[in-house]
Amino acid sequence: MDDFLAARLQMTVSFVFHIVFACIGMTMPWLMFVAELKWIKTGQKVYLNLAKAWARGVAIFFAIGAVSGTVLSFELGMLWPKFMEHAGAIIGMPFSWEGTAFFLEAIALGIFLYGRNRVNKRIHLASGLVVGIAGVLSGIFVVAANSWMNSPAGFDWVNGQAINIDPVRAMFNKSWFHQALHMTIAAFASTSFAVAGIHAYMLLRHKGNDFHRQALRIALGIGTVAAILQPFSGDFSAKKVAELQPIKLAAMESLFKTAQSASLVIGGIPNVKEEKIEYALHIPKLLSFLAHGDFNAEVEGLDKTSKENWPPVAIVHFAFQIMVFMGMLMMGAGILFLIFKFRWKENLDKRWWLKTLVLLTPAGFIAVEAGWIVTEVGRQPWIIYGIMKTRDTVTPMPGIQFSLYTITLIYILLTFLVFWLMRRQILAIHMDHQNFNTHD
Amino acid sequence: MIEILIFVLGIAVLLYVLLGGADFGAGIIELFSGKKGIDIISKAVAPVWEANHIWLILAIVILFNGFPLIFTTITTYLHIPLFIVLLGIVFRGAAFTFRYYDTIKDNSHKYYTQSFRISSLITPFFLGVNLGAIILGKLPANFDGTFYDIFVSPWFNFFTFTTGIFLTLLCGWLAAIYLIGEAHEEESYLIFAKISRTFFILLILSGLGVFVIAEMYGLHLFSRFIHSWIGIASIVVATLIIPFLWKNIKRRNCIQTRLLAGIQTACIITGWFAVQFPVMIFITDGSHLTVWNSKAPDRTIDLLVYALIVGILLILPAFAYLFKVFKFEVNRNDDISQSL
Ligand code: HDD
Ligand code: HEM
Ligand code: HEM
Repeated sequence: MDDFLAARLQMTVSFVFHIVFACIGMTMPWLMFVAELKWIKTGQKVYLNLAKAWARGVAIFFAIGAVSGTVLSFELGMLWPKFMEHAGAIIGMPFSWEGTAFFLEAIALGIFLYGRNRVNKRIHLASGLVVGIAGVLSGIFVVAANSWMNSPAGFDWVNGQAINIDPVRAMFNKSWFHQALHMTIAAFASTSFAVAGIHAYMLLRHKGNDFHRQALRIALGIGTVAAILQPFSGDFSAKKVAELQPIKLAAMESLFKTAQSASLVIGGIPNVKEEKIEYALHIPKLLSFLAHGDFNAEVEGLDKTSKENWPPVAIVHFAFQIMVFMGMLMMGAGILFLIFKFRWKENLDKRWWLKTLVLLTPAGFIAVEAGWIVTEVGRQPWIIYGIMKTRDTVTPMPGIQFSLYTITLIYILLTFLVFWLMRRQILAIHMDHQNFNTHD
Repeated sequence: MIEILIFVLGIAVLLYVLLGGADFGAGIIELFSGKKGIDIISKAVAPVWEANHIWLILAIVILFNGFPLIFTTITTYLHIPLFIVLLGIVFRGAAFTFRYYDTIKDNSHKYYTQSFRISSLITPFFLGVNLGAIILGKLPANFDGTFYDIFVSPWFNFFTFTTGIFLTLLCGWLAAIYLIGEAHEEESYLIFAKISRTFFILLILSGLGVFVIAEMYGLHLFSRFIHSWIGIASIVVATLIIPFLWKNIKRRNCIQTRLLAGIQTACIITGWFAVQFPVMIFITDGSHLTVWNSKAPDRTIDLLVYALIVGILLILPAFAYLFKVFKFEVNRNDDISQSL
């Protein structure tokens, strides 16, 4: 395998792994906080148990998120030294803020996890809130760094050197807001649906169990809000991409030829050689409307750029379809939940509904991974859009495939172990809880 | 501004060596401290290891934001030993977390413990190898040469191995000092006190080894030390502290002991910074990367320093609070794992 490909794959593997923990790290503290708040308000022991159970999970995911993030911060330099040499000074700032946010998060988490009997109730609850806020902030800061790669700003590029560097303008580039917004909502949607799915599964096995019912209610409540907002924020992202990175949008939609009144393509298999898309569903004029708010607007196609500057069209296209499909499923589930909640409450305990939720457990995470592939692969061949090609920044170190294999192996192993551990935890918690019920 | 940045970088390195080091060391001395020791170590490390580890991230961020060229030079030439460090960090974090949070105590704990110890040993050793390679300064100026010349020989030699051993022992020693204060029973106190003495002697020996082997590689570390008054001062202070340290360990003044051990470590780091300054990385052809020729533009540095100041103002009180709650109330015997 050539080193460039290996480096790209290693980056992909590392991110695909890290982002799951990052999403959990941004969301779980909020679930925990809500449970804790309910415990303080109602004094019902089930909420305390819930807060404790979730806290254990958070601690595990937090640790793995931290180590995989550490790997990433080194990898930026180990795989793309020429990129970091130029970009470090420009986008280091959001990373330094992320560091601060993360620091506070770790400290507050220590207090929240271990301080229940040592600090007073208010401080304990507040520490939970700090964990949540800091988690979301660190997510937003890193995404700001990434968005700069999509919409470079805050410097002038003269003879292969960056001059007049302005880190503030770099951070608040044209892509940061839509990406940060979409990412934050994604974290909430994906994690909440996953948590809801797990508790729905437990409810299927232990009918009417109060612990899992309350857990499901909290998780699904938050997940629903996020899942309904997400397609709107996605639409906003798509409009921004149409404006800032038209080639990425063309790849997402497999739009090979620039067209007025372009139609929205759903599904299908792009045939890059013959520059057409096969077996797809076309909805006339909708793409023009979605991208530019006008049914007759012109949408730029891949033909605006020479072929060597195309991203891998098929990957971007499939990833986008998958993300949108998952988004639609989750939004559908969210809307159903609202309908049931306010109208046909009895459905909420039906087995088919719980089964649906179990099926949706991975949906959000699949969408997150797919969405990042749209963003990152869709930016290729550029590492800094329009300025620097990814290929030119790869490390001169040979034999990257070996580190790729090692990292991949370890992360697969860790994934299995984490799953296995969570299963053990959930079963153990459940046993405790049963005892607790019978003793009460 | 740049001075502040370097100062904070130094502090981050120091705190990582002290806190993160004690953390690594805890895993190392588990090998010698028996079953009692493991319990104490698990409880002592759990609430703080996450926060300890972040000093490394802080140092990295300062490097790649403030001194991008230095960051990429290190990550390019020292790719292999850094990769090993990363593997160690991943294994260690995962193993520790699993061991601590897995409520079902069965055979799997044996594996957690084993990976935790092995990675606790390997990681600081290779961190030391990386530091050694930076101190030795045999990084080639370009990529003409064999794979071995460019990517292996700068870090694969006796000097870097010695610095690796030195750092490993330092971690073990710091951990022993730290754990003395966590031991509430006579038996475990004696174990940790003994370990701290053994490690201290080995540490001094390996420290001398670093200087001797440096000469063999044509690196006149010793004369560089005595030509810098900060270098001399740090050696003198570190030596003068030794008797006080012994006395405090005997008297079981755990706070004073920790403080003195901290000062000694600070002396080592300060001494190293002093002999290196202003060069951060030595390159064989003399095109050394100094603080001055590799720093980011002023505006970047300014903003980084502001971020650090704000960050420190937020973090320090929080950190102090964390330590107050968990570390200085040493005589509180309540079991923190109860709160989970
Ligand atoms: C739960 C996860 C999730 C869901 C349901 C969706 N997305 Fe998404 N999407 C992401 C999670 C995500 C993401 C992983 O968070 C990305 C990657 C980068 C980013 O900013 O967000 C992303 C990126 C992303 C981009 C590229 C932004 C860029 O490159 O600047 C677009 C255009 C969309 N999304 C559009 C949509 C649309 C139209 C959706 C309709 C249902 C949708 N997303 C659902
Ligand atoms: C979109 C991408 C990313 C998001 C949303 C994200 C978010 C997060 C979050 C929320 C955490 C805290 C983990 C937890 O609470 O469990 C975290 C940890 C971390 N992330 Fe990421 N991250 C992203 C990408 C990156 C990248 C590109 C890097 C490095 C360059 C990185 C470096 C880190 C580090 C170092 C940590 C651990 C912090 C520490 O131990 O100090 N992350 N990330
Ligand atoms: C967590 C979410 C992210 C995911 C899932 C992700 C995914 C990917 C993927 C799939 C690639 C390979 C693209 C290709 O070569 O075809 C890539 C490349 C890269 N990403 Fe991301 N990325 C994420 C966030 C970030 C962030 C926050 C940063 C930096 C601040 C970043 C920096 C890079 C760099 C430097 C490369 C290598 C160059 C390139 O291929 O463009 N990524 N990422």
